[in-house]
Amino acid sequence: MTTFGKVSAEMVYEALIHVKDPEIDSVSIIDLGMVEKVTTEGNNVKVVLLPTFLGCPALEIIKKNTMNAVKELPGVGEVEVEFVFHPPWTSDRITEKGHVNLRKFGIAPPPRHFEEDGSWHVDCAYCGSTYVTMENIFGPTACRSILYCKSCKNVFEAMKPVSTLM
Amino acid sequence: MSNSPNDLTVENKEAITSLLFQLADDDFMYAYRGSEWLGLAPHIEADIASSSISQDSMGHAAMYYTLLENLGAGNANDLAHFRKASDRRNSILTERVNGEGYYMETPHYDWAYAVVRSYLYTQAKKVKVDSLCGSTYQPLAEAAVKVRIELFYHKLHWETWFKQLMSSTDVAKTKMDAALKLVMNDFGDVFSYGNQKQAIETSKLIDNEEQMKANWTANLQPVFSALQMEVPKIPEHPVKNGRKGEHTKDLDEALITLSEVYMLDPVATW
Repeated sequence: MTTFGKVSAEMVYEALIHVKDPEIDSVSIIDLGMVEKVTTEGNNVKVVLLPTFLGCPALEIIKKNTMNAVKELPGVGEVEVEFVFHPPWTSDRITEKGHVNLRKFGIAPPPRHFEEDGSWHVDCAYCGSTYVTMENIFGPTACRSILYCKSCKNVFEAMKPVSTLM
Repeated sequence: MSNSPNDLTVENKEAITSLLFQLADDDFMYAYRGSEWLGLAPHIEADIASSSISQDSMGHAAMYYTLLENLGAGNANDLAHFRKASDRRNSILTERVNGEGYYMETPHYDWAYAVVRSYLYTQAKKVKVDSLCGSTYQPLAEAAVKVRIELFYHKLHWETWFKQLMSSTDVAKTKMDAALKLVMNDFGDVFSYGNQKQAIETSKLIDNEEQMKANWTANLQPVFSALQMEVPKIPEHPVKNGRKGEHTKDLDEALITLSEVYMLDPVATW
């Protein structure tokens, strides 16, 4: 008979690295800043997640994938995954690694700064040119916008910046 | 006041429940009417934007229904789909059809009406959500912070359309003015808290009705001034008050359509 050691929060975080955004499979939920808290009690695990946008249809899939990833840990007991609204998810929670991997997917990471009028600027996700125009603040998913690069002539997407200061 | 649903007094719980139904039903119907525009907006960018805004708004409704579920009001999906018209607390404005015709056939929807309704509704939602960020009911205050962030982009979008069409051709201006009149005729219950008004206001769940109206007018002032227009007056007495369960036949018809799939198999996972 195999005996397992205690399940630690660290092991859970390791497992969550493999849970990707179903619509951007280069970025994990950790790099998106969606994992708010992991707690363990004995071998029972609770993961608290933050929704990016409230109407995002990927949330249920992410919840299920998180559940499955944690359940694969050897010796794990009860697993609970919960979404909470507080603190609110904001785009500055995305890690540096998240920024790199978003670019790999052809999505410009969210800018860190806003202009006074609420507008913002990103460089082209493909060629890095700053010579871009905003085509549509709304994109294929709630969290993305569509832009056009006048240098490399590609349409590209950007992750919308969201902040409580808006 | 307490943060946990379990330690609320009966009166408080009633007031919170009532307010949450107003917020949830408003966004639910607004999102539903917005979703009927899918594939029909004047150009593809407008279509993507308005479906994205509808999706966000449905998310806001779902969250309010979840807060109601946490208060023991019933299952969130059932609250959205199963309640009959007279139990609904949405404003009349949000239930109105988009225009003549049915979206599955050949609808003649009015884009000017969509723009005016969406813009003035979004501004009303903004003043409420700003106030709710300081609500004495902590779960609602926290949820409001989240909604407020997303609403930023909705307001930006509808304000752009509103300003551009209002300062466009004579045809556009005529259509927009007609739409503005229609929308304002239905604005009388938007800031009403219905039968629980007193409890909602005294327990400081949200600022009072008069404050909301004043904030709405103040927020619109610069936009209307730039267009050389007066901010329209909110009717003193609504023709029907959705917050008291008074509704039009538009809501009955919408409920039949929107709950059709859910009724087929309420336990299915979609």
